[in-house]
Formats: sequence, C-alpha cells, structure tokens
Amino acid sequence: MTQSNSRFLLILFVVAAAVVPLVFASGYQLFQLTLVVAYALSVLGKNLVTGYGGQVSLGQGAFYAVGAYTAAILMEHFNVPYWATLPVAAVVTGMVGLALGLPALRLGGLYLALVTFAMAVAVPQLLKYKLFENWTGGVQGIVLNKPDAPFGLPLDPDQWVYLFTLSVGVVLFVAATNLVRSRIGLALMAIRDQPLAAEAMGVELSRYKTLTFGFGALFTGVGGALGAIAVGFVSPDSFSIALSLTLFVGMVIGGASSISGAVYGALFIVFVPNLAEEISKAIPGAIFGVILILFMFFAPGGIASLLSAQMRRFRAAR
Amino acid sequence: MKRRTVLAGIGAGLAMPHIRPAEAATVVGVTKTEIKIGHTIPYSGNASSYGVIGKSHSAYFKMINDQGGINGRKVNFISLDDAYNPAKTVEQVRRLVEQDKVALLFNVLGTPTNSAIHRYVNQRKVPHLFLSTGADKWANPKDFPWTIGWQPSYHTEGQIYARYIQQAKPGAKAALIYQNDDFGKDYLNGLKDALKDDFNKVFIKVLTYEATDATIDSQVVSLKESGADTLVSACIPKFSAQLIRKAYDIGWKPLHCMSNVSASVGATINPAGPEKAVGVISSQYLKDHSDPDWKNDAGMNEWRAFMAKYIPEGDINDAGYVFAYGAVQSMVQTLKQCGDDLSRENIMKQAANLKHEVGVLLPGISVSTGPTDFHPIKQMQLTRWTGTTWERFGGVLASS
Repeated sequence: MTQSNSRFLLILFVVAAAVVPLVFASGYQLFQLTLVVAYALSVLGKNLVTGYGGQVSLGQGAFYAVGAYTAAILMEHFNVPYWATLPVAAVVTGMVGLALGLPALRLGGLYLALVTFAMAVAVPQLLKYKLFENWTGGVQGIVLNKPDAPFGLPLDPDQWVYLFTLSVGVVLFVAATNLVRSRIGLALMAIRDQPLAAEAMGVELSRYKTLTFGFGALFTGVGGALGAIAVGFVSPDSFSIALSLTLFVGMVIGGASSISGAVYGALFIVFVPNLAEEISKAIPGAIFGVILILFMFFAPGGIASLLSAQMRRFRAAR
Repeated sequence: MKRRTVLAGIGAGLAMPHIRPAEAATVVGVTKTEIKIGHTIPYSGNASSYGVIGKSHSAYFKMINDQGGINGRKVNFISLDDAYNPAKTVEQVRRLVEQDKVALLFNVLGTPTNSAIHRYVNQRKVPHLFLSTGADKWANPKDFPWTIGWQPSYHTEGQIYARYIQQAKPGAKAALIYQNDDFGKDYLNGLKDALKDDFNKVFIKVLTYEATDATIDSQVVSLKESGADTLVSACIPKFSAQLIRKAYDIGWKPLHCMSNVSASVGATINPAGPEKAVGVISSQYLKDHSDPDWKNDAGMNEWRAFMAKYIPEGDINDAGYVFAYGAVQSMVQTLKQCGDDLSRENIMKQAANLKHEVGVLLPGISVSTGPTDFHPIKQMQLTRWTGTTWERFGGVLASS
C-alpha cells in the first residue's frame, strides 16, 4: 500500500466517522462518541508524555480537570462562547504543564509518577477550596448549557457537539502526528530510548522534557474542555483520582507509543466498563479487571501494535 | 388536490390548537404488561458502599413482580453503575432516558450526581423521583417541576433543631458551626427559616470550617469563648468527633444538636470517646434494626421477612437496606395511584400527591407531598446519646 493510498483511507475513515453517526446514532450514542473523542485527546496527551517522552505521569486527570474548569468558568462567568474556550483551555493547561514540567527535569521515573499522582489527588480538593469557590462553584460545580448548532444548521445539539468535537479532535491528531515526526518528536524518542546518547548528540534534555509535559498537558486539557462541554457539568467529583487511572488504562490498552492508540484506548475506556456491567451487575469491577488482563495477555503492546502487526502479516502474505 | 380542500385543510390546521387538549400526555416506557424504571448508583468506586440501596431496590421489584406487579404491570427496573462520577451519571441517565426509554428515574443517588442531570431531566420532562440525597434544592417545584427528593433534607433538620432549642431552652445563647458547602449551608438556612428575625438574637456566634481543614480545634475554642450555652453543629463525622472531644477537654458543656450525618457510633462517637459524647442530641426518621423497641415491630418484621427471603446474604445491620425499603414504598404507592394513566405528567402529578404510611419510618412520621410541597418527609425524632446507645425522646418534630 502506498503512502497516498493510506492517507486516502484515513480521510475516508474520518469522513465516515463524521457522517455515519450523524445519520444512524441516537443522541445518547452521539454523546458517547463525543466522550470517546474527548478521552482520545486526553489519552493522546498522556501518550506524548509517557509513550513518546518516557516520563511516567499518573496525574493526567488533573490537566483534564484544569481544561474542563477553564472552559466551564469562561462560559459561566465571562459568557465566552464554548468554541472560544478551547484555545484558552489549551494555553492554560499548556502553561500549567510547562510549570510542572520543571520539576519533571529533576525527578525521574517512579518519583515523577508519585508527584503527578499527588497532583491528581490534590486537584478535587483544591476545586472545593474556599478561595476559588466563587469561580469553581465549590462542591456544587457548574452546570453548563448545551451549545446549539450555528448558522441554522439542521442538527440537534448532540449532533452538533459531536461534529464540533470530532473536528477539533482531527485537527489536534494531525498536529500530534506532525509533532512526533518532527525534530521534537525524534528528540523525544531519542531521550526515551538512550538519554545519554541523545545528550551527546546535542539534544537538550531539560528543554525537551519540559516541552513534552507542556504539550501533553495541552492535549489533555483540550480533551477536558470538550468533555465538559459535552457533559454540561463539572464538579470536583468528576475528576477524582480514578479519572487519571482511567486515562492511564486507556494509554496502555491503546498502545503507549502510538498516535492511533489513543483512539483505541478511548473506545476501550468508554465502552468496556458498560460492557462489564452488562455481563454482571454484581461484580463489574472484577469483569473489567479480567477483560483488562486478557487484553494485556493478547495485545501486550496495546491494540495499536496488535493491529499494525496484523497489517504487516497481511501485507507479507500478499 | 382542489383548492377548496387545501383551504379547508389550512383552516382545520389553524383551528387545531383550540380543540387540542391543553396538555398532551407523554407515555414512554410503558406497555400493557410492563413499566420501565431507571436508576443509577455507585456499585463501584469509593462510594460503592451505597450500592446496597440499588441491590435492595432490584430485590424489592422482583418481589413486586412475583406478586403480579403493580396494576397488572411488571416493573422492569434498570439499575446502572455511575461510580459516583457525575460525568458517568450523565452518560448512564442519557442511556436510560434515550436508549432504554424508561418511564421515570427513581432514587438516583448523590448530590453532585443528581446536580449533573437536574437540568437535563427537567428539560426532557422525565419524572426524577425520590432522590437519594439530603440536599434541599430538590424541593423546587417552581423551577424544577420534574424533580422531587424523599428523605428529610438537611434544611428540614436545621428547622427541627431550631424548634427544639426554642422549646427546650428559651433564651438560649447559641453557636453554630457548619461545613462551608451545600451540606452545611442547608442547616444554616434551615435555622434561619425557622427562627426568622430571631436568628441573630439566638445565635451569637456562627463559624465555618472547610472540609479540607485538618482540625477545627481553634473554632471550638472561639465558640466556647463566645459564651454560648447551646451548639448546633453541621459537620461530617471526622469533625464532629473532634468537636465533641475538644469541647469536653476544655470543659465546655453546651446543649449540643449534631447533624444526623454524624450520628454514626463507629465514625463519630467511638473516635470522640463514648463518655465524652453523653448528652449529644441528634435526630432520626428511620427505625434502627438494633433498637430493642422494634424487636417485634410489625413494620420492621415486614422488612426483616423481605430481607430473609430476597436478600438473605445482605448485612442486616446496614441501614442502607432500611432506607431503600422505605423509599421504594413511595415509588410503589405513586404507581398504584397512577392507575392506568402512566403518562409522565400523571406520574409526576401523583408523586406530588402522596399521603401514606411507611413501616420502617418512626411512629408518627409519614410521607406527604402536594403540588407545592416537594418535601416528602418533614418530620424527625430527636435522639440523645446515653453513653452506650442513642435514645429517642420527645415526640416527633416537624419542620413546619
């Protein structure tokens, strides 16, 4: 298959992802697919930090929360239209990521994992804190209005939010693909695989580590903002430590050092818990755990690597 | 088509709005043999201990179905896990409403989770009945006519303490400490509503704390120094335990009314020291399985028989089962009253037109609602810690 062929297939896939659900999916299914896109962006942010950058972050949920609250606060208190909150959420979470990327320079491996974990634990409580309560709504959270389709498009809010979220998602996925193929991406992977050699080659470790953290936070934050717009509600309980762990699961299951893996991971974390619940109401957690283990057993490198291995075999057979 | 027919058609179209009934009835999730009821609760995650309530409801509706259903209809009860995550609640409730097409939502658990769907269910006009949360905001029939709570709200409890203080200690100099959030503010507002202009006369000191604080010892000292002889506390167990211990240690012995959220022996009284809590007053509305007074009580025996037959593995000491058994009675009563008209409008109308007894509620406490009264339970009975147990005293007190 040639490069232009696969690009054509990709475009076809994106168009199908946009059109098919609009025609066939119910409002509820569209809502789920919207969440898939939001989570896919967040997992993508995590893939950049962990999969490409080799830095273990367990606190990606904190960036998701910052993005979600940035969007919610701008919409609620400043009457900013929903679409305009995304660039702000991107900048804010990117800055937070950069600021947190600084300690990431000094801490490696498990220590960084612990620090980011602490961040994810702290965020829900900080959101309830009195000083910010006027902005965050405290434990009550903030209820948001669902955006209507603009320009009199014949779409209901669910359809519009899905299309809007998907468009943003596609743009950011293309951006991420270019990013990992660029000098920055190559430098990142070099640092991940051979930090000493990379440094000797003139790659500035500190600069790239910080940058990764910033970019990772940015993607996750935009995902959070889109998620908040789709759900129409933010509160501290929405962003507990479980969210960070869910994103972590999405990353590993999807395939950590892969762009498309983020989509598989997001599909997994949105649909598999519901599937587990269908199988047994009494022990959904245990069922989910078993499915997780099965996946790790049969697709140890994540779904993305399983698929690309199949693809290679298919091509070799031809 | 002839022009005349077209004109007649237009004429009829214009006339239509006048001959249509004022309110079109919406019937969803109901067939001749079945009614679908939706529910979400945390079966997993931090708050999964509440899951017993959902388990109990499923078992209860199974019993109802074994007995032939309600007005000949079986109940199809769909209970989903939301892990106490509001985003997940939105997803699951949308599934229930849009995909499973339930007639109504019953007893959805949690304040943040219900907040997340509050506007959605009211826009969609889905009955959102007998919620499992004590916040007062569910009783707002003017702005949210499709939502109604069940248990006494924290606001109601605050009013009851105000009434008791007025009766038991006229001329009291009272102090209040509350957690600075929805939960605590409901008590503040309850006290203010009951006392009206007298609030500032009765309460000489009002302090708050944050749920994130490490300790409230300094607040307790200032409360004592204010010279108050009466105390109302709206705190979660951790802080109630600190409050009881610190007040005792610095020799302050006010008449102490404590939120029933903290009435747990295991979480509050034992950490504080059972002897230091003697005399603390709280309140109840449900019968307690371990209370010897209800050993041979008909209402509790009915519940025990249900537990033995349908949830034999359940922990009989878990008060969640008693709560669930009470709340589901209001649901069944509402559906019975609906008869064959199970439109969403009529379901809501009947939910706001209840007057019935519940065997697991304390004697004298009953469920009553009205078109402007969305507080199904408005009465509680006070209890006093004796050093070994909670002892009920006085009659049943009402909020209004």
